[in-house]
Amino acid sequence: MISFRIVKREPLPGWAKVVIPIAAIIVTLILSAIPILIAGGHLWKSYYYLFYGALGTRFNLLETFVKSSPLLLTGLAVAFAFRAKFWNIGAEGQLLAGALTATALGVSLGGVPQPLVLPIIIIAGFVAGGIWASIPALLKTKLKVDDVVSTLLLNYVMIHIMGALLFGPLQQPGSSWPRSSAIIKAACYPILLARSRFHMGILLSLFAVFVIWFINKKTTFGYRSKAVGVNVRAAHFGGINTTSVILWTALISGGLAGLAGVGELCAIQYRLIMDISPGYGYSGIVIAMLGNLHPVGVLFSSLFFSVIIVGAQTMSRMTGVPTYIAEVIQGMALMVMLIFLLFTEYKIRVMRK
Amino acid sequence: MTNPNQPVVRMSSITKHFLDVTANKNITFNLYPGEICALLGENGAGKTTLMNILFGYYTCDDGEIFIKGEKVNLSAPKNAISRGVGMIHQHFALVPSQTVLENIIIGTDSGKGIFLDLKSARQELLELQERFGLQIDPDARVWTLSVGEQQKVEILKALYRDVDILIMDEPTAVLAPAETVDLFSTLRSLVKEGRSVVFISHKLNEVMDISDRIVVLRGGQVVAERKTAETNTRELANLMVGRDLLEIIEKKTLNAGQPVLQIENLNALNDKKLLALKNLNLVVRQNEILGMAGISGNGQKELSEVLFGLRDPTDGIIKVNSVPLKFGSPASTIQLKMGRIPEDRIDTGLLMDLTVEENLILENHSSSEFHRYGLMKAGRIQQFSEDLISAYGIMTAGRDAVTKSLSGGNLQKVMLARELAGSPTVVVASQPTRGLDVGAMEYIHQRILQERERGAGILLISEDLDEIFALSDRIAVLFEGIIMGEAFGEQACREQIGLWMSGVKT
Repeated sequence: MISFRIVKREPLPGWAKVVIPIAAIIVTLILSAIPILIAGGHLWKSYYYLFYGALGTRFNLLETFVKSSPLLLTGLAVAFAFRAKFWNIGAEGQLLAGALTATALGVSLGGVPQPLVLPIIIIAGFVAGGIWASIPALLKTKLKVDDVVSTLLLNYVMIHIMGALLFGPLQQPGSSWPRSSAIIKAACYPILLARSRFHMGILLSLFAVFVIWFINKKTTFGYRSKAVGVNVRAAHFGGINTTSVILWTALISGGLAGLAGVGELCAIQYRLIMDISPGYGYSGIVIAMLGNLHPVGVLFSSLFFSVIIVGAQTMSRMTGVPTYIAEVIQGMALMVMLIFLLFTEYKIRVMRK
Repeated sequence: MTNPNQPVVRMSSITKHFLDVTANKNITFNLYPGEICALLGENGAGKTTLMNILFGYYTCDDGEIFIKGEKVNLSAPKNAISRGVGMIHQHFALVPSQTVLENIIIGTDSGKGIFLDLKSARQELLELQERFGLQIDPDARVWTLSVGEQQKVEILKALYRDVDILIMDEPTAVLAPAETVDLFSTLRSLVKEGRSVVFISHKLNEVMDISDRIVVLRGGQVVAERKTAETNTRELANLMVGRDLLEIIEKKTLNAGQPVLQIENLNALNDKKLLALKNLNLVVRQNEILGMAGISGNGQKELSEVLFGLRDPTDGIIKVNSVPLKFGSPASTIQLKMGRIPEDRIDTGLLMDLTVEENLILENHSSSEFHRYGLMKAGRIQQFSEDLISAYGIMTAGRDAVTKSLSGGNLQKVMLARELAGSPTVVVASQPTRGLDVGAMEYIHQRILQERERGAGILLISEDLDEIFALSDRIAVLFEGIIMGEAFGEQACREQIGLWMSGVKT
């Protein structure tokens, strides 16, 4: 008789951290064949157009970078929070808080010297996202409210606040749609490459990767937030002010998500609409997990995701497989990664009797 | 079948691996009827593993087991029980909310159809109690019983299942001295009837007291077998650790100095919101070790948590070097230079998923020596941690090794290194050697004595009386949240302390 048992395994060597996400991506792509075939697509053609559509032409390649910017920022936001075990599922709401603030300032800062407009908007968007994230952090530290639930629910609160404002004070005069006026020219992110949407926000998000890596690796705060994430009780015992660490972690995490909202508003839409985000905040969770909560890992997983999202458009046009396939692949990537992560701690032993 | 020369249990060439660790290596072990056989060895020597194999809890990778002359294949404890093998683990398998009687009949077929036959079960239980002097009210709920009484329930449970080969895993670890005496007389009456007992322990004196024969395990192998009458503790200690162990503690005569830790009228609740510390008063002075003896669950945990800043007292004052401690703030204890060795080093003391260096720097990382404007000074930190690793002889793959890869003794060395690095005025050590092997224990004791010589005042909270007697200048006994009595180390006698520990005021 053969039986299976799940047993703890020895800690894996360092290279596993790099190999595992790559293996997860490969397995995900293989598994994606199933829904592609179900949707009636030709397998090789579908894969070809998936990658051609994302990387094949200059415009497509730059579009992939454009798409990766908000994903990278929300991914970083989630990864930074998760590292301290602050379960921030609310990057979506924090992104909207950033976009909302950018809109309010973007339509009204006409009297401010032009070079100051963008810095003000960027800082305010960061702060708005951070404050929105600090509410559940305060609830968690002061009242022991579960952060998974509170961060998630605050997303809906923010969606309704945004709706109320878009039908109210922020609504474009004369419009009956829930949309704001366009922001002023000085509030728009500069486009860096001609004949594309490659904007300054992309560089800003790459800079954020470096900043988060630097905080994690080099600063006392990064050390503390890691300690809190590993074991709050022992961190507290060691004299760390865990309340303050969680609060600051939430502020920075929410701020990054807020920046994603600023970027979408000031570089892509130029005005606030209800579907400013197609769920970037939720994708950020998957991206953070796939990137093993490491900023550089998050960079690569966000690129992978934007390849899938951008490529799926071309694939859909050429093979008839619906663009929803991108979401199926994203979901699958999360499942595969979680299973892979499980097996970094455990392994299956086959027992023969 | 009860020929005393025929073993009731014969285990031959038993081998068992866990991942890369060989827990048992080619062990041959016999148990004879009517004997108490002690399995002696350090933590990790393979004693419990071997017996778990006999109990069907683990299956061995290699080897054969014969019970009463019959070759057996034990794939689950129920197979072992049906052959008369019972095992009482360190953690009891009782249902706290049920009565003694209900606990005893759980899993047996005492009944008619779907109905329990409590009446005849009760009768049978009372007879067993009479025969072996195990007096417990059959209708008492288990949670109301003391640990010693719960152990009696476990023994009755085994006897009720007609167990004639009883394995006890460190049964005295949780008992007060008087309860240990009780247990020993029960075990003797069991073997008088021809049953056999395996007594797992690492306490030499007990083993000398209770056993007829001693099998010594080391590193998963049998290293010696002795008739108890023909050996002595010294020989056993050497066999156990494989070298001449001189746990002879040489203490310099020092006069206690100024008070460095003062506890005044301390009251605190336990997790159940019951008063766990009642108007406690204590003073620890420079160059002094105050040993706090007592059976666990009498307020030691709460006392150490209050001192560590992990629990708010309801009333009272604690002063370190005459400065009042801010309650509920571990940071304040660190600031006042208290070295703290918590009972639970794995969950409270150390960050097991961080590196050794990250653990060593925990309390110092925010001092200006190790950072500037929030940027960590990697070079300084590396120097600091490498110095500590070599000063304390911490066996690790390096400062970057993840802490959970270290052995128990080395974990405690990391703990000590971190807590003693700042030359603390007071050291509060709670069960500092629990679960450690003799070598590590000896090291920890030496370090504590060094701290005493340096001038620190030490509060040593321990259940291990040998440790308390060996190290303490003064001994205080905690019982149900009050100090039952205090004695000077040299004048204290074990019997006196034992009585205090059991709540007898003398």
